[in-house]
Amino acid sequence: MSNLTIPVKQIDALRTLTFVIFRHNPADPNSTPTLQRYTVEEADSMTLFIALNEIRENQDPTLQFDFVCRAGICGSCAMLINGKPALACRSLTKNLPNEIYLAPLPGFSLIGDLSVDTGKWMRGMSERLETWVHLQEESINLSKLEERMEPKLANDIYELERCIECGCCISACGTAQMRDDFIGAVGINQIARFKLDPRDKRTDGDYYTVIGDDSGVFGCMTLLGCEDMCPKELPLAQQIAYMRKKMALATL
Amino acid sequence: MKIIHTDTLVLGGGLAGLRTAIGVKRRGHDVIVLSLVPPKRSHSAAAQGGMQASLGHSNKGKGDNETIHFSDTVKGSDWGADQDVVRMFVDTAPKAVRELAAWGVPWNRIQQGNHQSVIDGKHVTLTETAESHGLLTARNFGGTQKWRTCYVSDGTGHSMLYTMSNQAIANDIPVHERMEALSLIHDGKRCYGAIVRNLMTGELLAYIAKSTCIATGGFGRLYRSTTNAVINEGMGAALALETGVAALGNMEAVQFHPTAIFPAGILVTEGCRGDGGLLLDANLHRFMPDYEPEKKELASRDVVARWMETHIAKGFGVKSRFGDHLWLDIRLLGKEHIETELREVKEICQYFLGIDPVTDLIPVRPAQHYSMGGVRTNFTGQSPTLAGMFSVGEAACWDMHGFNRLGGNSVAETVVSGMIVSEYIADFMESPEGEISVSSALIEKFYKKEQCLLASFNNKDHTENPFMLMREMQEIMTNNVAIFRDEVRLQEAVDKLLELRKRASKIYVESNAKGANPALVAAYRVQRMIKLALCVTYGALERKESRGAHSRQDFPLRNDEDWLKRTLATWPKEQDELPTLSYEALDITQMEMAPGWRGYGNKDRIDHPDTEIRQAEINKINQQFSQKHSNQSDKKSDDSANMQEALMPYKHLLPPSLQGDNERLMEEK
Repeated sequence: MSNLTIPVKQIDALRTLTFVIFRHNPADPNSTPTLQRYTVEEADSMTLFIALNEIRENQDPTLQFDFVCRAGICGSCAMLINGKPALACRSLTKNLPNEIYLAPLPGFSLIGDLSVDTGKWMRGMSERLETWVHLQEESINLSKLEERMEPKLANDIYELERCIECGCCISACGTAQMRDDFIGAVGINQIARFKLDPRDKRTDGDYYTVIGDDSGVFGCMTLLGCEDMCPKELPLAQQIAYMRKKMALATL
Repeated sequence: MKIIHTDTLVLGGGLAGLRTAIGVKRRGHDVIVLSLVPPKRSHSAAAQGGMQASLGHSNKGKGDNETIHFSDTVKGSDWGADQDVVRMFVDTAPKAVRELAAWGVPWNRIQQGNHQSVIDGKHVTLTETAESHGLLTARNFGGTQKWRTCYVSDGTGHSMLYTMSNQAIANDIPVHERMEALSLIHDGKRCYGAIVRNLMTGELLAYIAKSTCIATGGFGRLYRSTTNAVINEGMGAALALETGVAALGNMEAVQFHPTAIFPAGILVTEGCRGDGGLLLDANLHRFMPDYEPEKKELASRDVVARWMETHIAKGFGVKSRFGDHLWLDIRLLGKEHIETELREVKEICQYFLGIDPVTDLIPVRPAQHYSMGGVRTNFTGQSPTLAGMFSVGEAACWDMHGFNRLGGNSVAETVVSGMIVSEYIADFMESPEGEISVSSALIEKFYKKEQCLLASFNNKDHTENPFMLMREMQEIMTNNVAIFRDEVRLQEAVDKLLELRKRASKIYVESNAKGANPALVAAYRVQRMIKLALCVTYGALERKESRGAHSRQDFPLRNDEDWLKRTLATWPKEQDELPTLSYEALDITQMEMAPGWRGYGNKDRIDHPDTEIRQAEINKINQQFSQKHSNQSDKKSDDSANMQEALMPYKHLLPPSLQGDNERLMEEK
């Protein structure tokens, strides 16, 4: 079986890639937004994580971008890659054309170049929607057996909890680009997650007060860019439709 | 200078830091968490497989308890762990998992009835009882006698971190994101907070606190080949080291995970093997049973990683243009299992390798994964030498892992240590020692020092590039200070690191650039990382034995007689070339479990004379209780607690709120 080789797709020929990258440093009053070009020799299995670090280490130490896990699980590195929001760390250059345009994720405040402040946005969303389990009783007896839960329900909750708050859905959302207070698919999905959770004592009426208007579930124009761009392939359209129905009924 | 005051300053917004902050806040104290990144992006999120807690609900967990978890953990540590701390940990782990269950973690649950499973390469049917239905289930992990690892698919760390972070928000705990501590403010006896740099604006500020807790995770990025996130550069440990007073423990104890995908180094969980996955060589031969007939793929990580490298060295690796690797085969687990319980693994394979693990083999090779060593603390989490400085999680050497950590004990430690240490931090602050009086001159001194350091990089006579120095250091560590070590390679690494340290004093970056300035960040970090690398390497050079993950080819035996002790590294003066090493002996006469064979790995060792004496005492106590037990057969569970108490009392070390016994569905018969 020695004919087995590493199953990375073979590339016919490695290319010289041109990166066209949005540059702006808001901390510097002299900085104005520009597009800057860099060329990089492509390598086997090259991801944008590898390419951007190569640019920073060898060509331009001032280039700003965010990576943490570089494995597609922490949600730090979402950016516009040839116009589409995606996780840069798991985007392989071999799937991209010779010219690669990179821009920061719209809808979030710019820290510099490709780095945006998703953290502040997400914390604000969490505070506003209270994205935690609101328990019936304050104190938990840690020595006692845990509450039981149907195995399927636990799996269903996890399905919605897989969101990594990367911000792709916000940058792909027509409403979010028009109004700053729209909580987007990320927010609506989180409410759907807590609504599903029997440990959370909140009622539909409680949820209505936080998402029952145009900045919440009724602001969605059903363009569904969120679901198309979600790197975790979450069922966002279904959750928005479900929550909209529930919230409409909650007013009756 | 802007100064921010608080009661407790927590450095790090991962699981350990957040749980500590919640505990302190609930005791009525103010707390601020500093985090390099938004807290939900911390490396805790990368923990896939699960969290060990001896609930014992499921078929294969039946009969599990704290004592078996204790025994597995001590054996895993190769007797390097502090057994008191291990007892505190195993006792609190079920409480931690239950707290998280109440807070919303969607732990996988037991489904009553028959299930298909894979054990030792064979398909088997396991039956779960009706009374266990809906309680937490658990999967198998390496080095454990029971299936004990509670999990949420293979996104356990993600779910835990989101729940914890949301709880921190619910408790109104401020997290100052993109903030990096550059030094601890102290007077040689007492810690008063930290000098901090804002990673968005470049602003320098001071945080003054009655207690400071380092929860910054591990230092995997000292290595080129690592599963760790790019933020795991050991800066918390470096800050402690640079006080010159606080010590780092067992820095040479570095874990390599058997299954990092090759060559990217991204982790695929131990759950792959726990659920029945196999390791194969170039001939598709399952080789682990040849080396470890009992535990096979599920020996501890240090042991499996060593056999993998041994097997590759014998020529059985799969050749590729990036070097040799082995295969991980999870095809036998089936599509449904992979797509529900190993979905992150599937995604990683799909995106980074272009393969589907349902039908394809996964190329793997061991990579750096975990730092057992770190900021040395006592059982309360406080530094024994710098009052007011605490540490939790991977950043700490609390010391429950000794020289090898078991899979599933890491995220468990983060939460457990946060629960315990936060109580001790609150106690400390409520005691007379908790008060501080710190002079503005002292704050100013530390502030100026960091200001000067940052300015010093802007010297046009200097030519070194910090990114290149980082690369070179990572190469040295991966080539010379990895799974197999010997004097020649370690000495060579020390020499090269000393050379690198000299060059690192000549780094040039444009340090007055506005804003984040990534080159400046690399400049000050790499200087500190080289110091940590010297602690790891010099500690490894001096430890002339093999224990757990520290494997010396020139000293292949574990040597309890000379080396059953913890390495302590300090750096008293900045101009010192090397860390100062001292050693803290582990007292066999107080151990609940005297040193012995782990049940896997090397059977030969050099015993300490105390071992035989202690073993005789332990046998005597065991005998007394088993005689007593045969007279009064209905009191067994009380007796096992009493026997444990006679061997090594520990309950008094736990905070009162965490001393309760853990309830289980079925007590062992």
